[in-house]
Amino acid sequence: MSTFITLVIFGLSEGAILALAALGFVLIYKATGVINFAQGEFLLMGAYTFYTAWVIFQLPLIVALIIGIVIAVIVGGVVERFILRPMVGQSHISIIMVTIGLAGLLSALVQMFYGTQPRAMPALFPTNSVSVLGGAVPANRLWVLLIAAIVLTLLTLFFQKSKHGIAMRAVADDQQAAMTVGISVRRVFAMSWGLAAISALIAGILLADVTAVEMNIVSFGLLVFPVVILGGLDSVPGTIVGGLTIGLLTAFVSGYLDPGLAEVIPYIVLVLILLVRPYGVFGEKRIERV
Amino acid sequence: MTTDELTAPGARPGPGAGAPDGALLAINNIEVIYDDVILVLRGLSLSVPEGQIVALLGSNGAGKSTTLKAVSGLLPSEQGEVSSGSITFNGQDITRMDAPERVRQGLSLCMEGRHVFPHLTVAENLSAGGYTKNGSISSQLDFVYEFFPKLHDMRTRTAGFLSGGEQQMLAIGRALMAEPKLLMLDEPSLGLAPLLVEEIFATIGRLNAETGLTVLVIEQNAQTALSVAHHGYIMEQGRIMLEDEARALAENPDVKEFYLGIGGDGKKSYRDVKHYKRRKRWL
Repeated sequence: MSTFITLVIFGLSEGAILALAALGFVLIYKATGVINFAQGEFLLMGAYTFYTAWVIFQLPLIVALIIGIVIAVIVGGVVERFILRPMVGQSHISIIMVTIGLAGLLSALVQMFYGTQPRAMPALFPTNSVSVLGGAVPANRLWVLLIAAIVLTLLTLFFQKSKHGIAMRAVADDQQAAMTVGISVRRVFAMSWGLAAISALIAGILLADVTAVEMNIVSFGLLVFPVVILGGLDSVPGTIVGGLTIGLLTAFVSGYLDPGLAEVIPYIVLVLILLVRPYGVFGEKRIERV
Repeated sequence: MTTDELTAPGARPGPGAGAPDGALLAINNIEVIYDDVILVLRGLSLSVPEGQIVALLGSNGAGKSTTLKAVSGLLPSEQGEVSSGSITFNGQDITRMDAPERVRQGLSLCMEGRHVFPHLTVAENLSAGGYTKNGSISSQLDFVYEFFPKLHDMRTRTAGFLSGGEQQMLAIGRALMAEPKLLMLDEPSLGLAPLLVEEIFATIGRLNAETGLTVLVIEQNAQTALSVAHHGYIMEQGRIMLEDEARALAENPDVKEFYLGIGGDGKKSYRDVKHYKRRKRWL
């Protein structure tokens, strides 16, 4: 029983980080139709900018966080404006190629400046072990879970209640109609990339806190694909459930079966979902009326 | 058939040319080209006086929708552009203004086929309609709900699952959220049952009568449109062929025959039908 609780907390915390990372991917896909293969690199970049500001430059935590957010938004905006906007109207495959190229570029830039050695970051959260329902759990996992839950809730509220959140969903639904009510589609595109970069930044920081600041963050970012396929590319609640499911699944497989298999299991799920329910478990069904 | 018959109705020189003063919207001799090669509007002029309902009629492909897209600034998203002429709204040249700014200036378009946001609820659709408003939109929301009480009852429903008539009401309500000075409607009757069409047009008439809203409406259903409109234009092949007061248009024998499908001399043989088709082109 105690192992089970530990695995649940590990799975949920990792799943929550995954959900955050995947949410950025879904945001971009929903609003602009771009499949962003560089989402993992956004996580990497977020983790490294935060590390640079906080550890290398010794800035206060909150300042480092703000700098991270500013840089994330700038990078997201630049990518949208100078890389993807010129690609409007190009075929899907060209756009995918461009984001793969972007992924290579970003990770190469990080390697160029920081090398490939993993760097330890001072713990953001207490790392002592606490007991939850009889299971031993590191406290930082609980913190990660809490922070991710707060950010996900805030983002969900933003989409449900705020004017700009509704405008983003409107653009995702029908770009021309959005223009007729005076929504600037370009601004929404830029906003989606900015928000995606911010959620990737937070995911990257949380991940770096429970592991390390290292290139492996990219391979964690690759898990975004099983998550979004499971959740259905365009569904925000689906992404959250998908993230948690994949997180729990890998934790259980690694704890009860084999850590090696745990690396593969998300992709086995990916293939199975594609075979059985290609639009994902929570994918929005297209509503069509004439 | 004589040549007189062929040229008679459309031969009045330059209908609509030169916007009369006091027009809220004036389109002056515009040309619209899609993809740099397809000329759709060829020197079209029309004006919409403040406080009136103006109907723009014409067959498929005449360029009616393109006209409204030119006015609302949607052409760039379809590789179209106004290549000559100008559009003035409320005394301001808007020919090159971007679409969101036009909405802010008071121009709202209800697109053909309703185009509600299918995954958003009714209330969210309406608040998206108020996107250009800074500050609270609750007074405008109250106004729309008062005008369409049914929308208030359905405010938590997902718009994609509403019926066609309900979606059309929502589309109009959404356009009203921006507090337009001029509401443009592109075929509000599309795909609706005759009774609903009557209802939609009654609503448009009521909006105009009660709030003084200026309306420019495109319609295939000429009879219904002319019954509520003050003024009407008839388009063909990218030009205005005829304009007059709505009542006069509805009485015009040519319009009666070509657009309303009434009048003429009873049943016609197939030969006459061919003749009828040929006569329908005034150009």
